[in-house]
Amino acid sequence: MKHYSDLEFLQLSKWQRFLYRLLSFFASIPRGLKNGVFAIGRFFKNAAMGIGREFRDLVTTFRDGDGNTKLSYLIMGWGCLRRGQILRGIMFLLFELIFILYMVFWGGYWLSMLPSLGKVGPGEAYDPILDTYVYQYNDNSFKILLYGVLTIFFIIAFIYTWRTNIKQNRIAEQILKSGKPLRSGRDDLRSLVDDQFHKTLLALPMTGILLFTVMPIVFMILVAFTNYDGTHDGYVNNLFTWVGLKNFNTMLSWTGAGGHSYAATFGEILAWTLIWAFFATFTNYFLGMFVAMMINKKGIRVKKLWRTILVLTIAIPQFISLLYVSKMFAKNGIVNGVLMDLGIISQAIDFMGSQAHNALLPRVMVILINIWIGIPYLMLIATGILMNIPADLYESAKIDGASGWKQYTKITLPYMLFVTGPYLLTQFTSNMNNFNVIYLLTGGAPNNAAASWATGSVGYTDLLITWLFKITTGAEAQYYLASVIGILVFVVVAVITLIVYNVLPSIKNEEDFQ
Amino acid sequence: MTNNTSPKRHMGLKASNAISNTLIHVLLIVISIIWLIPFVCILLQSFRVESTWQVGYVIPQKWGFDNYLSLLQTDFKRWYLNTLIIALVNAVLQTIIVLCMSYTLSRFRFKMRDALMRFMLVLGLFPGMLTMIILYRVLKDLGLTQANAVPGLILVYVASSGMGYYVSKGFFDTLPKSLDEAARVDGATRFQVLYKIILPLSKPIVIYTILTAFMAPWGDFVFARYISFGTSAGMNVAVGMYNWLNKDMIGSCYTMFCAGGVVVAIPVAILFMCLQRYYVEGVTGGAVKG
Repeated sequence: MKHYSDLEFLQLSKWQRFLYRLLSFFASIPRGLKNGVFAIGRFFKNAAMGIGREFRDLVTTFRDGDGNTKLSYLIMGWGCLRRGQILRGIMFLLFELIFILYMVFWGGYWLSMLPSLGKVGPGEAYDPILDTYVYQYNDNSFKILLYGVLTIFFIIAFIYTWRTNIKQNRIAEQILKSGKPLRSGRDDLRSLVDDQFHKTLLALPMTGILLFTVMPIVFMILVAFTNYDGTHDGYVNNLFTWVGLKNFNTMLSWTGAGGHSYAATFGEILAWTLIWAFFATFTNYFLGMFVAMMINKKGIRVKKLWRTILVLTIAIPQFISLLYVSKMFAKNGIVNGVLMDLGIISQAIDFMGSQAHNALLPRVMVILINIWIGIPYLMLIATGILMNIPADLYESAKIDGASGWKQYTKITLPYMLFVTGPYLLTQFTSNMNNFNVIYLLTGGAPNNAAASWATGSVGYTDLLITWLFKITTGAEAQYYLASVIGILVFVVVAVITLIVYNVLPSIKNEEDFQ
Repeated sequence: MTNNTSPKRHMGLKASNAISNTLIHVLLIVISIIWLIPFVCILLQSFRVESTWQVGYVIPQKWGFDNYLSLLQTDFKRWYLNTLIIALVNAVLQTIIVLCMSYTLSRFRFKMRDALMRFMLVLGLFPGMLTMIILYRVLKDLGLTQANAVPGLILVYVASSGMGYYVSKGFFDTLPKSLDEAARVDGATRFQVLYKIILPLSKPIVIYTILTAFMAPWGDFVFARYISFGTSAGMNVAVGMYNWLNKDMIGSCYTMFCAGGVVVAIPVAILFMCLQRYYVEGVTGGAVKG
């Protein structure tokens, strides 16, 4: 495609510029892919070189080091202990002892079972004491996978610590050679609240994230390659085992029972998820900005009152407001009752479509109710930002005779978009995963009969995230499919994030706004 | 206004401004009514005595506190206490974790900092729903589910709270670094800088973090339901009251749900309204800095 110079680019109209950016983004995909491949290659090359350097360093440290250093390769902390750094030495030694004990008694078992995820399943076994056959539970695939992953984490931590131990020996030798004293245990403790303070501060949060976010995510990614489900629960009924890419084949294949496949269902739900995220984000954005501008306008009275009323939807827990609103719109709910009393309608409308065959109305309804929930946030945010727009911009625009609409499109909107670009993006992705609104309002209803027949209960307002939830809680609880969906959601969100970062000017180019 | 504006045009502008302001006032009143309707309805229906199921009218025919009294007959007290405990403990611990995390990432430049932040950004793109299954099983092994769901929930909320450091990091970024440096020159340790200089300046963001950490457990539904799994003693208000609106119970519990909703909403809403200023500072700052 044609490549414009900066000057040519500035001559384009707004739409042409946007189109140009979009096109050049797509045109740059092959190059991007190539760069990506090279970057991965470089990464591996760097990693290999890094490892090589570390090994060389290990060898030279061993060769040049004294006896204490050499012994530290086997007994961690030996060098520290002999050189008087008692605290460090004890910590290293303790860590090594714990690691060895753990690996001997538990870790070795988990690690050896990891490739098979359990050998002996539950079943009948002869009990010589009772002289009868009893049902026995044996290996536990779930625990094997879980503790296997944890053991690998632990081994990595051990290797890192071992390496640190050796590095410290070399440094200690150098310091002693130059005639300076080593840091004492007291110095070490003091440094924890001083120059190493970040380690102290991060220790607790990072442990939490590692154990309760990283580990579960690694585990669930691995589950996508097993057949873990309600019947293969790994302990009580059957073991589960590795199945390779089979689950991805299931999810992405176009052939399925009754002509409706998982791929088709996934596509349908993904399309609605994107539509929902688009409308949920932008209706809130523009209407919230509009409301904020109305309240901010000069001459509007009791500004505080309007804001307080709107903010009520933030202050009151969503499960109350959303559940209640969903019941208001039920077939025998208040809205239908009042409308019928007033004679506007003669028959109750099925807004939330628990039985309806019409998917459009519930879809519009969730978007509308989401506006009710979302405008207050945007109103708050927009109020803060709008107040920051320099007033003289508007003054000079007025003098030049710009209409209100012109002021909006030329000053307010560009400023807002510029400032809130990243926020819009996170809003979009979090709307894609907006479980609460959909689940509490419709629970996914109305039922999508064709898709449900082939792929388990699916509704027309289901997002990928609520579908994932349904899959894990249904009678069959196909955890492996849920994992596949989770991974695919991650891919979709990551791709959108990448595209937006590359196309949206306000995020990338901070100088664009004048 | 420029000098060449004729008096007539000036009048016209004024008049049109008055009209548009009136219009805006009308519109704002309409919006306020729409926003208030559900809350007014829930309040009115909580006082309805003549029937307990859903009806098509708003104003009760007979008023009374029956629904509030019947709340006391259920496990509602237990759920309320559970949620309150979770919210209070969570508010304290989560604030500590988030402040540690955000302060460190804002002020310290260490080797792994950029890698760490990028890593957490990628982690955040995974749907959190996915990790529920395993967290449930792990908590079950630790004996922290069903009746013991309260400590289990606290553990999970607090442990994963480090991910939400963006807003307060944005705040710390705005505090001038020269403050730290001056104190360091005077011989203060990093800890003293945090404790004696940064913390006193961070009141708005501390309150914001406490407020959001306190409010979140009141609305958590999915995970809490997963963990308490049908055991009434371990439920929070959201899980317990959700069941009142299912097909079998809505006939007898609908007005009780309304009463429960009012009891839950009023203290939380009052707290929020009192601290609204800090909340606004937090969300605005967070949105602007992304």
